[in-house]
This record gives sequence, structure tokens and C-alpha cells, in this order.
Amino acid sequence: MCGLAGIIHRGKSSAVGSEMTDMLQSLKHRGPDSTGFAIYGIPEGDDFIMRVKVAEADEMASGFHIHQEIKDRFQVIDDRMAENGVHIKECEQATKYSRCYRFTFGGDMQNLMCYIEDVEGAEILSVGHALQLIKDLGDATVVSDRYKIGVMQGTHALGHTRMATESDVDIRSAHPYWAFPYNDVSVVHNGQITNYWLMRRDMERQGHRFVSNCDSELLAVYVAHHMAHGIELEDVLRRSIDEIDGVFTYLVATADKLGMAKDCMAAKPMVLYESNDLIVMASEEVAIRAVLPYEIDTYDPYDEEVKVWQA
Amino acid sequence: MASLEESKAQQMGMHTEQLLGRTQQMFFDPEQEDNFLYPWAKEVDFNKRGEVDASDLSSTEINNQIRTLLKSGHGSIVIKNPGAKHSIAVGILNRLNLTIEGSLGYFGVGLIDGPNVRISGRVGWSCAENMMSGSVVIEKNAGSTFGAAIRGGDLVCKGSVGSRTGIDMKGGTIIVGGDTGAFSGFMMQRGRMVVCGDAGKSLGDSMYDGTIYIGGTIRDLGVDAIPAELTELDRAWLTRKLSQYDLMPAQDVDHFQKIVAGKQLWNYDNLEPIEKKLIL
Repeated sequence: MCGLAGIIHRGKSSAVGSEMTDMLQSLKHRGPDSTGFAIYGIPEGDDFIMRVKVAEADEMASGFHIHQEIKDRFQVIDDRMAENGVHIKECEQATKYSRCYRFTFGGDMQNLMCYIEDVEGAEILSVGHALQLIKDLGDATVVSDRYKIGVMQGTHALGHTRMATESDVDIRSAHPYWAFPYNDVSVVHNGQITNYWLMRRDMERQGHRFVSNCDSELLAVYVAHHMAHGIELEDVLRRSIDEIDGVFTYLVATADKLGMAKDCMAAKPMVLYESNDLIVMASEEVAIRAVLPYEIDTYDPYDEEVKVWQA
Repeated sequence: MASLEESKAQQMGMHTEQLLGRTQQMFFDPEQEDNFLYPWAKEVDFNKRGEVDASDLSSTEINNQIRTLLKSGHGSIVIKNPGAKHSIAVGILNRLNLTIEGSLGYFGVGLIDGPNVRISGRVGWSCAENMMSGSVVIEKNAGSTFGAAIRGGDLVCKGSVGSRTGIDMKGGTIIVGGDTGAFSGFMMQRGRMVVCGDAGKSLGDSMYDGTIYIGGTIRDLGVDAIPAELTELDRAWLTRKLSQYDLMPAQDVDHFQKIVAGKQLWNYDNLEPIEKKLIL
């Protein structure tokens, strides 16, 4: 089933971390397996923010050896970043198995990302100037408390509560998906993509990597692939309705935009609230009410509807 | 209440459950059908008014409070601050004037038989699903599968509704003041649907029977849905129904398009199961 949520404060930074936590907690009944956040803050100069994990949450119970292995893996990552001329400004240990780096770098980002992901167990969750992508097992308050999301500020955000259907209950299969290796692009999805393997093989032939068997990852790769070829976000979303089979509603965020697309059957829900300075969307209105508790006018977008908002 | 005759199967002890629902009854005049009451229906006084503040209540608690007020004879109930919660005011099989001040989430006022409901906000997916009688009037928009499988009563949304409006409807009337989405009237079997605005793609797809009236444009018709001539009876009925809910367009109803089933897809005799039994 899965629950989606998105929020944009036009032209200003706000407490999107706590707002998204409240929205996703009210959607817990749509998917209690994992929760994910994509928070877009105000970029600080040319600094990159990278979130990386080196193990799955359930690996922590695999024995005492895992703690030393995790330390070793992080050490290799630090070494490889230094080797490539990365200047690390901050390194926060988010959980025992994940870190958040703030750094400057002038080289080939894709090469660096591949080199880091070559470390055993390493998966880069996100890289960008504005994006911080956080996902883990548990409901919204659990994940939010674990990663201190409640204090995070930003202009816009995406969120997802996942009910695992066609792939595992693990962080790798949790949403949002970052569009490797493109900065600041994230996707959340509700639905099933029926031509997933055809499309995935097509993307793999063009050099894209997939870290999971979750069909939603395809959307992130698909969007990033076309945007890298100079196609505008809105056009990519329209194109996806023709090319991707199945039932889906999905949200895409970039550093300064947030968009949505709905399949030709309109089988997956989405409710929208729009005002001049605030846009809120979710799979159910009850999530919108978590941040706007008073009476508001909302509506459902129709089949094949695509919308893009400027943050 | 219509008389309940013990069936031969019951006499033979083949089953002991006594089925009392509206669909088990045989009505021979409309007034009898209008006045149908369940044996357990509460006597209520419409001048006795009760209020439920739903702010801090769960859906179950709200529904329990409605039942408690019905038991104590309240015929008019107001629900305040529903906060778009799901499954509110479901399964009411009683006469009641219910006012909801705010918006409902999914499955609002589903499985009802009898109450007159007015909702000042918006409703989510599957509003009034399986409604049997009474009326529901929504002042703002509604989500998808609006009035799915309704069998009777008037279901009115003054705003626009989502996709698959009136899917599998078996009777009653759905009226939409604005637009409706794709696959509206999908597998419709009986009843009437009126949309004052535009209709999305595949309107009336695979409909068995029933009538759809569209005041605006139709993106395209579904399989086996065909246009039909708007008769004087249709005009009179549309005028009466739309006037009743303050949705009468300024330019009269002559511009409405009428859509019916082509009846090429099915082998369907248009009878209720109980009517079939009588024939057989």
C-alpha cells in the first residue's frame, strides 16, 4: 500500500523535519515496515552532504565482529575519500551503521561514489548540496528520533512509509531513492511497476546501477537518466506515464522543485492542498491535517496528471 | 416494514439465520420502500440534538458516540472537527439527520441505510460505499470510487470527484456538481449518475444498465457505453433533481448528454435475485 507525503514552503526555510515526521506518523497504517525522509535544506556554498550506510540494521545482531567490521569499513571510506582529494568538513555518526559527511570536492563525483560503494556493505543513500536522505526500519517517530530529523530545517521534503510487497524489509528497499549518481534528486513511490525488469535492463545497458530489487528504484534511475540528458522534470514525468507500465503515483524532488505523476488508471491515491506559499500532498488527507489542522480545500489529481512546483 | 415470510429453506431447517436487510424485502409501492425500517431501528426525535467533538477521538470512538446518541433518541447529531479521519459514521441503519462540520477521510458514511447526511468539507476515497437509502450532500470535493456499489438514495457532491465514480452502482442517484475522473460508471448496473461538469476517459465502461447524464465534455466513452436521446422525461427528472440540490445550471438542462449501455457485452436479465426466484 505505502504512504507518500510531500511539502513545499515556497521561498523560505521551515521546520520540514518535524512536519514530515507528523505527516508520516499519521500514515503509519499504510506501511509500518520502514520510513524514509528526503529533506532539502539551504545549500551552504559548494559543500556536498553525503549520507552513507555500511550495514543493514538487522546485521547489528549478527555477532560482536560486526562492530569492528563497521569501524573498518568506515575507515576504508575515509581513506578513499582522502585519496581522491575530498576535504571532509564534518562527519556525524548518525547511527552505528550510517554516517553523514559534509565535504568539498572538485573531482569526478561518479567515480568517487563508485569507489566508496566498492567498500563492503557500503551504500550511499544520498549526495547533494541540499538533499539529506534518511531511511531506516520502524515508524516515523522511531526513525525521526534516531536521526534527529525533528530539528531539521528546509524548503521542501518528501517522505514515505513502506509496506513491503515485492521486496525485502530492509533499508536497501526503503524509500526515498536517491537517483545515483545525480545530486539532489530523490523519489518516493506507491504502486507496482509491471515492466520493471524490461526497463531496468534497458537502464543497466546504459550504465546505471541498481542497489535493490525494489521497482521504485527504477523511477529514481529513470528520472535521473532523462534529466541528465537535459530533459526538464515536467517532461520526464509526462514521458514516464507513457513508458512505465503499472499503477503508480510518485513524487520527485530536486534541489529547487517538487513534482508528482499519476498513472493512466489513477489507481493510487494522492490528495493535494495548494496555497500561495505552501503546498502539501499526501496519500491521505489525514496526513495533510497533521500539519494543517484547520479546514482547508483539497482535491485529488486525475489520471495521467503531472504537476511540478517551484520550491 | 415489509413482511418477512419464512422461506421453504428455513422451514426445512436448511438455515436458521433470518435475513432482514433491505435487499431481502419485496416492496410493491415506493412509499413502502421509503418507509422501510429495520426491526432494531431506534425511535428518534429530530428535535433532539446531540454533538460529538471528534478532535481527540478515534474513528471507533466517534461511531460509538453516534450509536449512543441514537439509543438515547437523538434524531439530529452534529460531528465537529472530524479531521479527515477514516470510516466515520459508517453502518447507520436508522433515520437520522447527521451534520458533519469538516472533512472525512476514506470510507466515510459507508454502508448506511436511512440517514440524511450533510458534510461541509471534503470526503476521501469510497464515500458512501454501499449506501442503501437516505441522502448524503457534500459541499466540497470528493475522492475516487465515490458512491461505489450504492443501491439507493441520493449521493451529491457539489464539487469535483475523483476516478471510478459510481463503480458497480446498483441503484440510487449520484450527482456531481463539478467534474468526474476516468472510468466513471464502470460496470454500473442500475441507477442514475449526473455530472454537471466534464467526464474523464472511458465513461461508462462495461456498464450493464443505468443512465449517465453529463453536462460538460466527455473525454471518451468506455466499451459498450453509447449516447442516447435526452427525452422530456429525462429533462423533467434532471430539472427536479438538480433544483432539489441547488445545482440547476443557468442554461437549463438541454445541453446534458445521455449515456446508456449498448448491451452488447452481457447476458443479464435486469432482475434482483429475489425477483429471479419468483420467476423460477
